[in-house]
Amino acid sequence: MNDMVLPPVLTAAQYKSGYKPIWCPGCGDYTVLASITKALATLQRPPHEVAVVSGIGCSSRIPAYTNCYGFHGVHGRSLAAATGLKVARPELTVLVASGDGDGYSIGGNHFMHACRRNVDLTYIVMDNHVYGMTKGQASPTTEPDWDNKLSPGGTGIRSFHPLVIALAAGANFVARAFAGDQHSTAEILAQAVRHPGFSFVEILSPCVTFRPEQRDWKERVRPAAVDATDDAARAARRIMTDDGFNIGVLYAGDREPYPLGGAAARTELAALEEEFAL
Amino acid sequence: MDASLNLNPQSRDAANAAFMKPAGAGLSIAIAGSGGSGVMTAGTLLLDAAAQAGLYGMMVRTSGPQIRGGEAAALLRLGAAQIESLDDSFDLLLAIDWQNVHRFADEIPLHAGSVVIGDADGGEPPPVFLASGARSVALPLKKMAKALPGSWINMLALGLAGTLAGLPEEALAQAVRRSWKRTEAALEANLKALHAGIVAAADVPALPKLPAGGPKPGRWLMSGNEAAGYGALRGGVRFVAAYPITPATELLEWMAPALTKVGGTLLQAEDELASVNMIIGASYGGVPSLTATAGPGLALMTEGIGLAVAAEVPIVVVDVMRGGPSTGIPAKSEQSDLSFAVSGLHGDAPRLVLAPGSISDCVSTLQWAVELAEELQSPAIVLSDQFLGQSQAIVEKPPIRPSNTRRLTAEADTPDYKRYRDTPSGISPMAIPGTRGVVYTADGLTHTEAGIPSSQSRDHAVQLDKRERKLMRHDYGSRWADLQGKGSLAVITFGSSTGPVREALQRVAAQGVDVRLIALRLLAPLQPGVFERALAGVERVMVVEQNHQAQLLRYLRGMLDLPARPASFHRPGPLPLRPAEICAAILEWAGANAKTKELA
Repeated sequence: MNDMVLPPVLTAAQYKSGYKPIWCPGCGDYTVLASITKALATLQRPPHEVAVVSGIGCSSRIPAYTNCYGFHGVHGRSLAAATGLKVARPELTVLVASGDGDGYSIGGNHFMHACRRNVDLTYIVMDNHVYGMTKGQASPTTEPDWDNKLSPGGTGIRSFHPLVIALAAGANFVARAFAGDQHSTAEILAQAVRHPGFSFVEILSPCVTFRPEQRDWKERVRPAAVDATDDAARAARRIMTDDGFNIGVLYAGDREPYPLGGAAARTELAALEEEFAL
Repeated sequence: MDASLNLNPQSRDAANAAFMKPAGAGLSIAIAGSGGSGVMTAGTLLLDAAAQAGLYGMMVRTSGPQIRGGEAAALLRLGAAQIESLDDSFDLLLAIDWQNVHRFADEIPLHAGSVVIGDADGGEPPPVFLASGARSVALPLKKMAKALPGSWINMLALGLAGTLAGLPEEALAQAVRRSWKRTEAALEANLKALHAGIVAAADVPALPKLPAGGPKPGRWLMSGNEAAGYGALRGGVRFVAAYPITPATELLEWMAPALTKVGGTLLQAEDELASVNMIIGASYGGVPSLTATAGPGLALMTEGIGLAVAAEVPIVVVDVMRGGPSTGIPAKSEQSDLSFAVSGLHGDAPRLVLAPGSISDCVSTLQWAVELAEELQSPAIVLSDQFLGQSQAIVEKPPIRPSNTRRLTAEADTPDYKRYRDTPSGISPMAIPGTRGVVYTADGLTHTEAGIPSSQSRDHAVQLDKRERKLMRHDYGSRWADLQGKGSLAVITFGSSTGPVREALQRVAAQGVDVRLIALRLLAPLQPGVFERALAGVERVMVVEQNHQAQLLRYLRGMLDLPARPASFHRPGPLPLRPAEICAAILEWAGANAKTKELA
């Protein structure tokens, strides 16, 4: 015992970069950031072996606020960039941060295909039912009658159900968390990272600036009354019939994850020339 | 045997003119028919037999828009010298049937010395083919094949076409045997059909025979798409993400198993927005990455390519160009994405744009594109096209360079590491995820040297300068263009137009007109100093390209001090540029030049 040198324990603070976020005071994303760093400390993954990939929007600013490798790409394409990174560099832990506009609207197609491809990624969507960075327009999860300047009187379009879509498309892990509950969010995130394949964590993250009524979410959320199931049909039924405020891991499946790259070469490059040589 | 000869006596002069083609022009053969008649197989085997007989050759595939069962034609040119262009016209059109073959009339021009062979029971050849004065021969192809149970008519066509080209029976039979995947009995029946075709050739007017001999070692048979794939692997590409699109798909289909062999991965993306961002993600992770697409896909990728410029992530995007705009003509060639490739990104976004000048050159140009992208931490767009990509050619083994790919990466725990440091070269060490003590966030937002988002004017200017400087200060050596010849006249071209231009220049040289050639391989950045040195002593230039708007000429005029009143020969696809039309344009232009001199 005396001879063993224990590696220094990484604390949540060591996963923070110290850059001051651009978010509004009271934004749910502050506590999501805290939950992410807490989850990483739980996992004890060295920060330089973690990459946080994002698109565009308030939530997508998270990478630079961590002390991990960050990738702040273009709007809606975070899952694509993360997929390339993870398949090319399987040994990295790759987290993907997005919002309801970035992830479900402009990035909706990638969301569906990332679920079915089942690459070992953790997809964290901070859902506040509004476009914050462009100052208050409706997103796919906004209520149809929410009045805003771009859609006076509301869009009239029913909102999108990301968790059910994730299940239907084949996500291997589906959870809902609430930004205001750092402890349980960190636990869910740690579980999501550990779970093989594509893990989807939708985090209700209030926008106090454009949706001040979301301050009430803290009163409405509750832990899901049941444990996670590996039966997608049961999980879907539960999710479709709840009120959207059940928190916890709702589905944990066992689909085979997408095969990752990084295999050793089996052939010398020049051997490929044989097929051309006459 | 029932054979008729339909010779148009009025065409004798034209026939003589057609045979005045320069020595080494080779023989051009079109084998056409409805889908399923096996014309592509016959063409492929004919090309293989030509290779066995020590000849060079090229085969272009053309087909109707149907997925299966439409009309198809294999367009071949065989000869004793390496071939990088189709000829002006075809010496032989062999139609297994005439079902919709008239749709290829523009693609299969004939001359008065041409021979048209059709099935005796298949009706008259379409008049459009006979208008040239070509001699028409009807042979009972179907009956002959039927008389040999288990045989296919395309093998008969192979024997016929191969013999008219002067290929020995052994080379033809060898090509059939090498490719055979069915029963021995079927092989025997088809070798008999091959032989019947060889015998039937005696009843057809002779064509100029090719100097067939034995196989010449050291030659390759490949398509431009395969060559590009191999060049990319030589450059070090080990991750590919892509979405299927004509005419780039074969490049990806060649790379998929090849990557597995050399320890890489190919991933089929859900769309081109995904594929370009996937390769940016993989390359950010340190793995040289590539995607291949055509114009519509390139259009979707532009936002991602801009991200690769701003975040300084090396990627290679191959655009196998096809007719545009929009869906355009998917399976036909055109050089009309040039303007888009050199300028089609928002913001001030310097990027590399390269173009291979031949099928063989696809190997070296793709390797160079990967090397440049990696060294300069920049996206590189490579403009291939359908003609280069989907044609197969027998070529001298391309020169194989050792891989020289190097990305400047950051050492672990570098003190005061700044990803986007403003260095004299403009190149700053890139930290690869997994490296301790140098973490950073790659960003498409304007950023500081440390990579922190910034909207300050100084940061913006520093990073814009840095990204331009790293491309402009690089020494691209002599590979930026193929230069040839001397004189006060110069033709500037790029990509697949290079082959027909070279051939046209040979022909005008034979008439005593010397023209310099500048065939560009590096289209962006243009290096005005280097370019202007190559133009030293040139009084007039002519730009040759295959698009409707003279895109290369417009680009060069915007970037360089070209000699006054540059001439342009440009026309859109889908028909390939032919040496004769370029030759005529050059002679007219050179003549105009001579007149101008006289006046002076």
